[in-house]
Amino acid sequence: MIKKEMIAMLLAGGQGSRLGVLTSNLAKPAVTFGGKYRIIDFPLSNCINSGIDTVGVLTQYQPLRLNTHIGIGIPWDLDRNIGGVSILPPYEKSQNSEWYTGTANAIYQNMKYMEYYNPEYVLILGGDHIYKMDYEAMLDFHKANQADITLATIPVPMEEASRFGVVITDSNKQILEFEEKPEVPRSNLASMGIYIFTWKVLKESLIALSEQKGCDFGKHVIPFCHERGDRVFAYEYNGYWKDVGTLGSYWESNMELIDLVPIFNLYEEFWKIYTKTDTIPPQYIADSAVIDRAIIGEGTNIYGEVYNSVIGTGVTIETGAVVRDSIIMKGTVIGEGALINKAILAEGVTVGSGAQLGIGEEIPNKTAPHIYSFGLVTVAEDTIIPSDVKIGKNTAIAGQTDFADYADGILPSGESLIKAGDRL
Amino acid sequence: MRAVGIILAGGHNNKMRELSNKRAIAAMPIAGSFRAIDFALSNMTNSHIQKVAVITQYNSKSLNEHLNSSKWWDFGRKQGGLFVFTPTITPENSYWYRGTADSMYQNISFLKNSHEPYVVIASGDCVYKLDYNKVLEYHIDKKADITVVCSKVPKGEEPNRFGILNKDEDNRILSIDEKPIEAYGELISTGVYIIRRRLLIELLRKANEEERYDFVKDILVRHSQVKQIYAYEIDTYWSNIATAEAYYKTNMDFLKKEIRDYFFHEYPDIYSKIDDYPPAKYNQGAAVRNSLISSGCIINGTIENSILFKKVYVGNNCTIKNSIILNDVYIGDNTYIENCIVESRDTIRANTTHIGEDGEVRIVVEKNDRYLI
Repeated sequence: MIKKEMIAMLLAGGQGSRLGVLTSNLAKPAVTFGGKYRIIDFPLSNCINSGIDTVGVLTQYQPLRLNTHIGIGIPWDLDRNIGGVSILPPYEKSQNSEWYTGTANAIYQNMKYMEYYNPEYVLILGGDHIYKMDYEAMLDFHKANQADITLATIPVPMEEASRFGVVITDSNKQILEFEEKPEVPRSNLASMGIYIFTWKVLKESLIALSEQKGCDFGKHVIPFCHERGDRVFAYEYNGYWKDVGTLGSYWESNMELIDLVPIFNLYEEFWKIYTKTDTIPPQYIADSAVIDRAIIGEGTNIYGEVYNSVIGTGVTIETGAVVRDSIIMKGTVIGEGALINKAILAEGVTVGSGAQLGIGEEIPNKTAPHIYSFGLVTVAEDTIIPSDVKIGKNTAIAGQTDFADYADGILPSGESLIKAGDRL
Repeated sequence: MRAVGIILAGGHNNKMRELSNKRAIAAMPIAGSFRAIDFALSNMTNSHIQKVAVITQYNSKSLNEHLNSSKWWDFGRKQGGLFVFTPTITPENSYWYRGTADSMYQNISFLKNSHEPYVVIASGDCVYKLDYNKVLEYHIDKKADITVVCSKVPKGEEPNRFGILNKDEDNRILSIDEKPIEAYGELISTGVYIIRRRLLIELLRKANEEERYDFVKDILVRHSQVKQIYAYEIDTYWSNIATAEAYYKTNMDFLKKEIRDYFFHEYPDIYSKIDDYPPAKYNQGAAVRNSLISSGCIINGTIENSILFKKVYVGNNCTIKNSIILNDVYIGDNTYIENCIVESRDTIRANTTHIGEDGEVRIVVEKNDRYLI
């Protein structure tokens, strides 16, 4: 008989539109992070480190990279005879075929998967945060309170609480009220989008709300359960937890890894983060190289200068190139004498020699100021940037661009140059 | 699947000095993130040889750890797999492996129970890339009994620690001088052989009956006149690491671009066990020139012409020159290291100096308690 105490359902279908061109061709959880990881490595590693060996990964938006990365789960020890990792895409049904229309709807459509494992509890996770968390401790809390639902919460500074969904609890941490982005917050316990449900409660409520359009945990399921009097508790997590949903926060959390003793420390023996390693050889640092404060992935060749940057695996930085305050992802090549200043370069980008990125004044982006801000240059994967062009700040570039695409060889601050992908 | 593989990884050699106190030569770390046996194993899997036996004897703990899962080389299949043979006591036999031929003879059931017609024998202490299928085609083409893969003596190496081959124009081997005092000829055996499985079984059995136990001395050399033994010459990079000097030099070769490109960037890849260390971290004060740095390293000092293996911590104001620092070494502040091989899991005290003479590399073995900040 198959029996699992707790299984995890990991929602990884989101587009992450605020990451702009970084997610034109891949889902947000597949975006690389910290030199060698992808964002989804954090919840997946948390699962296996917490003793959860059955994880359903729900995919929808651009799943190829995610599927390739996860495979059968070998890097996380999630290749199991019973359980392990399963990719759960939306599927055609004899009636009512639909995409995943909301977080809870996605879980509802995979009821059979959960039933198969006969769990006591189901853990609902997102795939867009950087953190190390012991879900088993949260489960112990859930059991001790005989809760129906437990929300993971994190104390945030009171002045920032109005950006979050906060919970108001009694002294036993039972939740009395929810407030979504309150103007005057009465609590600073923000919901992290991580839930443990007692399986029966989850199943019942999903069935009860099956007709709800765009059924969402935060908006529908949890209020529904709370109103009917279920025991809903807030588990307080105190540790590093970073939303990397915007280019600014993504850049910032990468940069934090470079600190002398980073607040999010990947070098601890305990609670390892696992990832699919497809580059094994060491990195080569040439005679001409200068490196000052950086983390650098495997197989990378550095001939140029790197300051305060996160460099991925298999990157080449040629002689005379200078990279400063930037994130360079897997397989990107920076040509000779190029200058990269405060930029995010996705996987497989080629920067021609002598090109200058991130220069000039800071002017808000004209087409998507809410996405391309923070003074960053954002370059989509497999983009080609020709030699000797100059690119300003708050800019986005995607596709195989050539010199003619740049008027006078310049892309001024605030402009976007999109030749590929379907989004600005 | 025309062949099964045997990797001889039992060896141990005084010429490795202190380095082999801890591990078999096949388990020696190479080029930052590999172990010597990875090259033979990857060659096997890249040649689509799916059934491979690794024969170990001397100090195999570290090798066994490395081989604890066969999935990194894509073995562990229903058809085939990775077999590790350590000496065991049976009612018929209570000896350790008395030689390479004996080690195969004691595991003759592996050969008997296979159905592949050929056997590729390789040693676990060489660094090279080779498609064994090409050798096998040659072997079949020549109607050879045994094919020996050979190479010119690597530059700077003395030929007399190898087997020296003499061949005719047709590449048939006329004589084999095993580790001669004075070497005539520059063609050496790389320790890779191809032989028909049934012939190997027969030769091993005969050798055992005659109480002869070494594959080269007692089988190859003695049959060089009676059997058709052919040489297959390779001109690509090949190096044997079984002396401390050769080990040092082989690692240092990876600082050359053409060697790195050949092993790291050209098809096919070399595989190894994955250790899940984070990317290398360079703090303020780090100055690195012409060096290979592996994952998990944290660098605060100066490093020149050196190779840092995985998870090495280099303290403030340290200088490391022309050295090899093996896995998981902690180097305290203000330390100076030059021309050394620092043994893995060492903790080097702060404010110390370790210098090897030019031309003779020094092996540093330090077992101090480690206090991490």
